[in-house]
Amino acid sequence: MIDMEESLVKELTKKFVFLEGKCIITRERRISVEAPKKAFLDIIGYAASKLKFEQLCAITGLDAGENLEFIYHLANREGIMLNLKLTVSKANPEINTVTAVYNGAIFYERELEDLLGAKVAGLPREKHYPLPENWPEGQYPLRKDWKPDAVQQK
Amino acid sequence: MGKILIPIGPQHPALKEPESFNILLEGERVAAANVTIGYNHRGIEKACESRTYIQDMYLIERICGICSHSHSTCFIQTVEEIAGLSIPKRASFIRTLIGELERVHSHLLWLGVAGHEIGFDTLFMYSWRDREFVMDILAMLTGNRVNYSVNTIGGVRRDISADQIQEVLKAVDILENRTEYYIQVAYEETTLISRLAGVGRLPEDVVMRLGATGPVARAAGVKKDVRRDDPYAAYADMEFNVITDDHADVLGRTIVRVKELMESYKIIRQLLNSIPDGPLIVKAPRKIPAGEAVTRYEAPRGEDVHYVKSNGTDMPERVKVRAPTLANLAAISYMLEGGYLADVPIVIAAIDPCFSCTDRMIKVSNMNSGEESILDWNGLRDYSIKWYREQGIELNNIKTFRGEVR
Repeated sequence: MIDMEESLVKELTKKFVFLEGKCIITRERRISVEAPKKAFLDIIGYAASKLKFEQLCAITGLDAGENLEFIYHLANREGIMLNLKLTVSKANPEINTVTAVYNGAIFYERELEDLLGAKVAGLPREKHYPLPENWPEGQYPLRKDWKPDAVQQK
Repeated sequence: MGKILIPIGPQHPALKEPESFNILLEGERVAAANVTIGYNHRGIEKACESRTYIQDMYLIERICGICSHSHSTCFIQTVEEIAGLSIPKRASFIRTLIGELERVHSHLLWLGVAGHEIGFDTLFMYSWRDREFVMDILAMLTGNRVNYSVNTIGGVRRDISADQIQEVLKAVDILENRTEYYIQVAYEETTLISRLAGVGRLPEDVVMRLGATGPVARAAGVKKDVRRDDPYAAYADMEFNVITDDHADVLGRTIVRVKELMESYKIIRQLLNSIPDGPLIVKAPRKIPAGEAVTRYEAPRGEDVHYVKSNGTDMPERVKVRAPTLANLAAISYMLEGGYLADVPIVIAAIDPCFSCTDRMIKVSNMNSGEESILDWNGLRDYSIKWYREQGIELNNIKTFRGEVR
């Protein structure tokens, strides 16, 4: 039932040996991979071009206490989802943009900046999205310590 | 030639919901288009973290008026996956049935909007009248025209009776007959074809590059449909075709949507003819064990993605929603650039961004006396018939496709 998933994991660990033991087939059509920050762009680029995960479905950002965690949900045409996980510390929440690989990722990455306070290197500084223009600096609604009353209605 | 910047939105008569487009014009041509969204961001993901799964279910259902069942199903199947629940077969059939009826009403609604945007208001009135058949069916099955509240964690809340099955089948026959006519319109009506062909082009390679989804992708020949690729609910047991087209423009998107209606009728018939007996629900725990899952759902507008992380309590740790319109908005600038200003409304409408149509009751306040009364659906209908009669128009004399006047 999960032959295709297993062969994808095999290909991925053959190319990136350090991913050995970090790839889990969570169920049919779902693969979860913990990717180190240093090689992240290489891995996502390889997944997109060589493993044919042509589509970036979404990027989930999570507040994980000391760290911020990002999950890049990739999909191929066979319906398999590859969930690439990237963890960075809150003290230095910098990640690289994946827009060179997935051109349509701009909205997803701007959302990470606005709502979680990630710093996405390589993403052009534009207006706020999805928060309004007059949103105060340093308020990140999806952080766990943020409460809605932190921003006063004027 | 000088360039002119035209701001369209966030409040604009041509837009059905708040979004803002900055259109740079060179003569009549769009040289560049910039989109700004976020005006409707309501913080639902954050709100979900401080509510129980049951409360979230109702909140998530209200993300969208048109695709309410899509979001609710996508969220619930994610929670069920974490909790390890497998729902009864009858429940998954009912979920799928409501999902397909929702697609039918959404596509017919879109067809009307598209007709309206290109000045073909007859098509708008035809398709919205026909849409009432499926709205009535949804109201009969669930009690509501939108926000059906059929789902619950572990199954569904409402059964379908043998009589109701017959009613649905009858309505599907009528709708199928009408849809055949719309397919004919999309393939043969010269004014429609010359108005839509070549407008808002988005070829296959750009679809893949920008991650567009749903009918927008399928109209460019990308055979992508979650119901087939990553089946959920009862779709693995259903036989249907994934409709694609190679026009890669607004005409293609029209053809894909009307032909998808036929596939929906096919699925609805299969569901109703083979719906198994059995329970509607399995008992779900109040507290969901720690874990995470991500599921996808083919909403009328394209792929809907929900991610849920649980922490062992009765409230989720994180809920993430990626609605299909967000995926398609990345491609809107490409579709607009190089086209005419006059095409902007239909190109935007052709990705089918969603708006709510929940009104079915009117509260009438007498401004002088302050008295209030409620007009229900039938009251409203009677009022409109009476109003037209006073203008000298007798609606009963107008031949209808419905065959009956209620």
